[in-house]
Amino acid sequence: MAIFGKDWKMTLDQLKPGDEAYVEKLCSRDRLGRRLMDMGVYPGLRIRVIRNAPLEDPMEVELDGYYISLRHEEARAVEIACK
Amino acid sequence: MRQQKTKIGLAGQPNSGKSTLFNALTGARQHVANYPGVTVEKKIGWYAGNGENVEVVDLPGTYSLTSYSPEEQVARDFILREDPSVVINVMDASNLKRCLFLTFQLMEMQAPVVLALNMIDLAEKRGISIDTQKLSGLLGISVVATNMKTGRGKKELLDTISALADTSGSSGGIGLDYGEMEPFLRDIESRVLAETPQLPAAYPLRWLAVKLMEGDSEVIRLVASVHPSPEDFTADIERLRADFESRFDEMPEIHIANRRYQEADRIARSCMSPGQARRLSWSDRIDKVVCHRLMGPVVLVAVIWLLYYLSIVQGYNVTNYTWPILAKIRSWVEVLLPGAGFIEIPVMRAFGLWFVDSINALLNYIPIFFILFALIAILEDSGYMPRMAFIMDRLFSRYGLHGQSTLPMVLGGIYVGGCAVPGVMACKAIPDERSRLATILVIPLLNCLAKVPLYVLLINIYFASHKAWAMFFISTISLLLVLPISKILTLTVLKKRPTSPFVMEMPPYHVPTVRGVLTRAVERVWLFVRKITTIVAAVAVVVFILMRFPGISEERMAHYQEEKHKAVSSFIQDIEDTDYADAIDPDNIMDFVRYWSGYKNARLGAGGGDAAKAVNERFREKDPELYEIVTRQGKDGMIAYRAARSLERSRKQLLMDMKNEQIHNSFLGWAGKSLEPVTRYAGFNWRVNVALLSALAAKESSVATLGALYESDERGESLEKRMASKETGFTPLHGLSLMLFMVLYPPCLAAAIAVKIQAGGTRWMLFSIGYSMVLALGVAVAVFSGGRALGFSGFQAMWIFYGLALTLTVVMGLVRNRPDFDVI
Repeated sequence: MAIFGKDWKMTLDQLKPGDEAYVEKLCSRDRLGRRLMDMGVYPGLRIRVIRNAPLEDPMEVELDGYYISLRHEEARAVEIACK
Repeated sequence: MRQQKTKIGLAGQPNSGKSTLFNALTGARQHVANYPGVTVEKKIGWYAGNGENVEVVDLPGTYSLTSYSPEEQVARDFILREDPSVVINVMDASNLKRCLFLTFQLMEMQAPVVLALNMIDLAEKRGISIDTQKLSGLLGISVVATNMKTGRGKKELLDTISALADTSGSSGGIGLDYGEMEPFLRDIESRVLAETPQLPAAYPLRWLAVKLMEGDSEVIRLVASVHPSPEDFTADIERLRADFESRFDEMPEIHIANRRYQEADRIARSCMSPGQARRLSWSDRIDKVVCHRLMGPVVLVAVIWLLYYLSIVQGYNVTNYTWPILAKIRSWVEVLLPGAGFIEIPVMRAFGLWFVDSINALLNYIPIFFILFALIAILEDSGYMPRMAFIMDRLFSRYGLHGQSTLPMVLGGIYVGGCAVPGVMACKAIPDERSRLATILVIPLLNCLAKVPLYVLLINIYFASHKAWAMFFISTISLLLVLPISKILTLTVLKKRPTSPFVMEMPPYHVPTVRGVLTRAVERVWLFVRKITTIVAAVAVVVFILMRFPGISEERMAHYQEEKHKAVSSFIQDIEDTDYADAIDPDNIMDFVRYWSGYKNARLGAGGGDAAKAVNERFREKDPELYEIVTRQGKDGMIAYRAARSLERSRKQLLMDMKNEQIHNSFLGWAGKSLEPVTRYAGFNWRVNVALLSALAAKESSVATLGALYESDERGESLEKRMASKETGFTPLHGLSLMLFMVLYPPCLAAAIAVKIQAGGTRWMLFSIGYSMVLALGVAVAVFSGGRALGFSGFQAMWIFYGLALTLTVVMGLVRNRPDFDVI
């Protein structure tokens, strides 16, 4: 993974509480991608990080008026673009 | 007979108010069962509509209808195979867009869908207004706005249901346009139609095509099972999917989901206004505290403490009031059973009482369970559960468990005093199979209420000078063992089990309704009683046989008969010179014994005052002469009374000796003795073995059996003293080894059954019993033989073991568990 240029991928787990971004792409072929989709994470959606759990993991995010929590491990599958 | 013409299904996403609607429709006429082969609950209810019985099936709450989870599969199979007249799609009106994601899937399955826009009042409060007419027009299905807490829209919903049921056809509903994928879908459709013509008759063709494009393994298997050349077909589908992905740079399943959301977004936008669907602000405010870095854990501990306090402590107090009811049932049964002889106890009588005692021991927990289940229902309905999982997940996931293992662990007795049965039952909610099985397998190792009496007994005998420390040790050691053990299980036995991603909704808080909470509590207690009690009853029979037969030999029986005659004749001798010499017939000595104990029991039950007088009167009338003896009247009365007391003592002693010998000569006693060569390395002799074996049925039995084994004739001596005096060779190291054995000891029967139900197989139940048995014996042997070889005292060994367990826990926490899903 190159750090410079277009190859640089920003993923949801890198965001801090209060940050906002748009979902760009889901990078998982199996159950994880499926589950994220079913829970309403899809490209183009605006997403906002609410907080991290007391022990840092998992994180809570708001999407479109409702809230989900997910581990940072899983958030790595959500590619995002800052606005 | 019940006539069933109309069958309707309730489908919807979690937290959409589906159960409230189900309860509002069916009232108390409900029935809970399991879907065959899976641990998913099936709730069925009925209501009278249009003069006929309408059956309502509450499908599990799912976000989608794929074949990834048993819940989704069950819901999907119901809609496709059971041919419901109507499917009510319950949705949270505030979350229209996301809920439509499921609606599209239902429509694609050509289910006759009615949309219930539930919790409409809540949405309106947030300033969302929805044009139901327009929504209905856009979707091509009926839409009803409802709020089941107030009954709004219920009549309209019922009318719509019966209208749709009468037409008994598909609702129509629009088909979704999948854009670039359409040519692919058409291609698949025509192939399916040509190559497997029998399928489209049973399943909607369009749905089959979409699912095949989605790569749904169940549907691929379904088509392949009837296809003339299944390998070619499967390969072709894979090629089509790969082709689509390379042409449009998007996985087909993600494209499909995307299209659904885009369409949902378009429809939601056009009939919702003004629609800033924000969560209630007070829900946010609560979360600021409940999920706070510092306050969150504090609140969590407080909630757990309250749960303990109300259910275990207060529930136990309630049993003080319910126990007399059970005791009364026992005494009724006792009257019905054949009477006892002086030393001859009829098998029927012994069995009858044993059976009632076994069942009563379990029923005695009902108040505790009722409170516990009600509190859990409150936690579930309020929305606190996901927060609990949110806070604890990091800690538990390190050990292969899951955030949602918190509640089962609390119920099982994370500190001291829980019960594995509700603990294991609560594992149902854990979505990740690997973690769920790990949790189910380790819960029985926690300190359940029934293990505590043995700990207290042993601590009082062997660690009397360090009671507080020993209690601390035993309360915390189980968690230090459970965490590394579950980690080891997930790294070995459970390694191949699938895990699920932790992606969980955090719904807004709700105020639970009294009715909802009580219904659930009653339902679960009933389920517990039905499932567990029947099995415990069956096993009580087996254990009874094991503990009683072959029993006392004829020679020994003759010996006891002789002892009996000695006792009786010495009694007769004692009263020879009194006025009562003729009042008692030595051949019918039981008449007197029964009168004697009858009087004592009646007086005990009557208390004092008038009631006592009435008892006296009754017994005087029955037999004035015997009455004088039992009330010690005059000098002769006193002599006879003393003689009777000594007769009673002799009888008790004889019965006790016989019982002891009976256990010694029983199958169980034999097992205890033949295990001695192995268990002596753990410091257990045959008596301890028998006590531990009897605890297989129920943990409380261990102390009760020890009580029977160490019975002595000196009255009022505590079991602690009796055990200490009988087992002179025992040291604190013996005590420690026995305590640790008890911690790791296999689940009791009820818990084993719960494991079977929740893990979904006898195999897991046997594994659960087997691995803990081996582990328990291994640890006990290591501690006892190791401690002895190295010359540690019991107290030293205790803390060395603690240190080792703590180290293991820390080390195991550092080993990483890899999730089995990939990120590209």
